[in-house]
Amino acid sequence: MTVRIGVVVFPGSNRDIDAVNALEVAGAEPVMLWHDEASLGGVAGVLLPGGFAYGDYLRAGVIARFSPVMRSVAGFADEGGLVLGICNGFQVLTEAHLLPGALLRNRGLRFVSREVQIAAEHLDTPFTHLLGERRALRMPVAHGEGAFYADDGTLDELEANGQVLFRYVHHDGSPAGGEEDGANPNGSLRAIAGVRNAAGNVAGLMPHPETAVEAVLGSDDGLGIIASFVASAAERDWAGGPVAVGGTVVGGTAVGAR
Amino acid sequence: MSVDTRFAVNVSPKPGILDPQGRAVEGSLDHLGIAGVSAVRVGRRVELTVTAADDAAARAIVERLAAELLSNPLIEAYEVEVLGAASSIESETAGTRP
Repeated sequence: MTVRIGVVVFPGSNRDIDAVNALEVAGAEPVMLWHDEASLGGVAGVLLPGGFAYGDYLRAGVIARFSPVMRSVAGFADEGGLVLGICNGFQVLTEAHLLPGALLRNRGLRFVSREVQIAAEHLDTPFTHLLGERRALRMPVAHGEGAFYADDGTLDELEANGQVLFRYVHHDGSPAGGEEDGANPNGSLRAIAGVRNAAGNVAGLMPHPETAVEAVLGSDDGLGIIASFVASAAERDWAGGPVAVGGTVVGGTAVGAR
Repeated sequence: MSVDTRFAVNVSPKPGILDPQGRAVEGSLDHLGIAGVSAVRVGRRVELTVTAADDAAARAIVERLAAELLSNPLIEAYEVEVLGAASSIESETAGTRP
């Protein structure tokens, strides 16, 4: 039996189908979760896809935070459930205070849609353990508000706790610099592309691993992230951990990587 | 009895937070031939009518709304402004005032 992963669909989500495809490539069974429904349907993990939830009005992600499904996602995360936010999904998770920091308008004043390189800072997490070795991963970004911001104290704390999960890097894997460095597409502080919460079960990143899962489309470097997430959710599900608010525990077998 | 009060919530980027919008506006000043303008900060103004038992209750609602939804305390500051009784400034017509 394959593991069921929820893909939350807000009005304005537009990478949900890419997320569904990536989950299928990784061997999972995607389940669409509508923003207006509180039920998570017993899924073993939740993916918040990219897009412009609720038109990105007010601030990207903020209105989505108050939707019925997000209340359930917050409960699911509190119980240790695995949640991955990509791009707009990352913005939603920071606005919901499930992840630290905020995502500001790109410092270069432009919407950035191009390929970048990121590297995982830690390879022993539920979102990265199948990546193999630390190396630069090629995948696209497409966002106008992706500059990661937190105050210096918080940044130091994130680094010390190992919560900086992904950083923009050069081709050789060395960390990107500030906004004047082309390898940092949006001026994110300390070139941070993705973070996780202190408990380690909620993660978000601005780049799109879900659109980099098949070599024929340019890169499959993102598959390791999606496959890690799927395998971790399956493992947790199989171990009988609480998997959903009001849902039923669904049996599953660990899904291998590629 | 309840009172209708019209408020404005002015949200602005906190000092020290880089404001790319402000920077873009500042960058356009040359084209206008305007000199002597600096430190442009772009914020957001939200006007709304609150129906509540009294002024204090109305104020409490706006403060909560401003802190939890209209601003992100990590990066933005806000100020609440009382515009007056709402009877003379109906929300439905506010957008069509000349």
